[in-house]
Amino acid sequence: MLASIEWGVIWERIFHPDHVFVRALWATVYISVLAQILGVVLGLVAAFMRMSRFRILRFLSGAYVLVFRGTPVIVQIFFVYFGANLLFGFTLIQPANFGLFSLGDAAIAGIIALGLNEGAYMREIIRAGIDAVDRGQLEAARSLGMTHGLAMRRVVLPQAARVIVPPLGNEFNNMMKTSSLLFFIGVYELFGDADVHYSTTFQPVEYFLAVAFWYLVLTTVWSLIQSRIERRLSKSDRDDEPTFRERFGEVLSPLHAWATRSR
Amino acid sequence: MHVLKGVSLEVENAETVCIIGPSGSGKSTFLRCINHLEKIDSGRIEVNGKLIGYREQNGKLVEDSEKSIARQRTQIGIVFQRFNLFPHKTALENVIEAPIRVLGVPKAAAIAEGEELLERVGLADKRDVYPGKLSGGQQQRVAIARALAMKPALMLFDEATSALDPEVIGDVLAVMEELAHGGMTMIVVTHEMGFAREAADRVIMMDDGRFIEDAPPEQFFEAPREERTKQFLSKIL
Repeated sequence: MLASIEWGVIWERIFHPDHVFVRALWATVYISVLAQILGVVLGLVAAFMRMSRFRILRFLSGAYVLVFRGTPVIVQIFFVYFGANLLFGFTLIQPANFGLFSLGDAAIAGIIALGLNEGAYMREIIRAGIDAVDRGQLEAARSLGMTHGLAMRRVVLPQAARVIVPPLGNEFNNMMKTSSLLFFIGVYELFGDADVHYSTTFQPVEYFLAVAFWYLVLTTVWSLIQSRIERRLSKSDRDDEPTFRERFGEVLSPLHAWATRSR
Repeated sequence: MHVLKGVSLEVENAETVCIIGPSGSGKSTFLRCINHLEKIDSGRIEVNGKLIGYREQNGKLVEDSEKSIARQRTQIGIVFQRFNLFPHKTALENVIEAPIRVLGVPKAAAIAEGEELLERVGLADKRDVYPGKLSGGQQQRVAIARALAMKPALMLFDEATSALDPEVIGDVLAVMEELAHGGMTMIVVTHEMGFAREAADRVIMMDDGRFIEDAPPEQFFEAPREERTKQFLSKIL
């Protein structure tokens, strides 16, 4: 059966991506980034609402999280795309152009839906991060004359970030994969590009294997970036142990010295 | 929970007052009321004539705005039992953070003053070290420098040496003594009787939310008047 797979197609899809494919790949990236940013912002707002002394804000925050964690993402996406304009009575969601990328109304609706969904999860992640910071930090900052807001920004949130970044990284990883659902409202992203080719050639293995590979590239690149960020954030309590790269470099350096010796 | 049951204290400029007493007597709570880390149900707190934490409204006291309280706190420095240094900032960064962000001191001036303060507490060479790499005694001295950087009128010490190893307590007490003799107005909650004898102008015995006795150290330690004070001193001296 392996013989009947056109490996050439897979090779082409992986090593010779065409212009249309690159556009789709880029769409997946910027949609995921925008949706994740929206999710972090909403999560921050919801987290502070939950910590508010006003009961109505705490209630709204709870309701938001309940609804968006309790319903499927695809339902939320369809609801926002097909329903938002109807619900608000006017065309709230319009296409937009930002030069580097332009967003069709489907993409905007998708980003909003994904962002809303993500915010519900980010709230808990952010809250856990803030709770992880010792109370004494806030007390010390405020005793020095900082307002609550300043103390949060300069002292608590930077420390909370260390706890928030690993799960946030996982969330972004998921976001890149979940963005594939936007295909179902007509956004031309990575999965959509694979499906379009599959529907015309009926070669599922070739196209879906190739697109799986590209998703793997995206998530792996992100993993590397995430490690760097986590390392940089823990700079203040590292034990200055050499990293893998540094140790690897130490092994190679005699080789390097030999190779570059003057003759 | 009724922690303070009617306390009244007046501290003169440049005076150093030590508060001692058993755990649960309300010493820390009392101290924390002074810079409004704890709310009070009745009474008033004034530093340099300015009402702290509350303002007059129609003859009653209502809680002040966050901004006002923050501004009042710049006049009151506090040193905590657990240091509470900012771990993501170096020693110097800890010291200059509030002067820059709260008082608006220009960065260069703040750094110069910060270095001077670290020098004063004997940690000039640790300016670029993170708290995680400092000993408890060193961290506490940085915390003192950080509080002093705001040039407060009053310094509060909440059992500043209780979480320290015995060997380093002396270093921190030396800094505190130098401050006291230098004319800083200080209220010190402590278990260190030696420090109280050396540096205090008055020693106050607190128990069960009340001030039991208030006297200069010679009289307090040699000839205490109250029974409760005698009991407490006999246990710890």
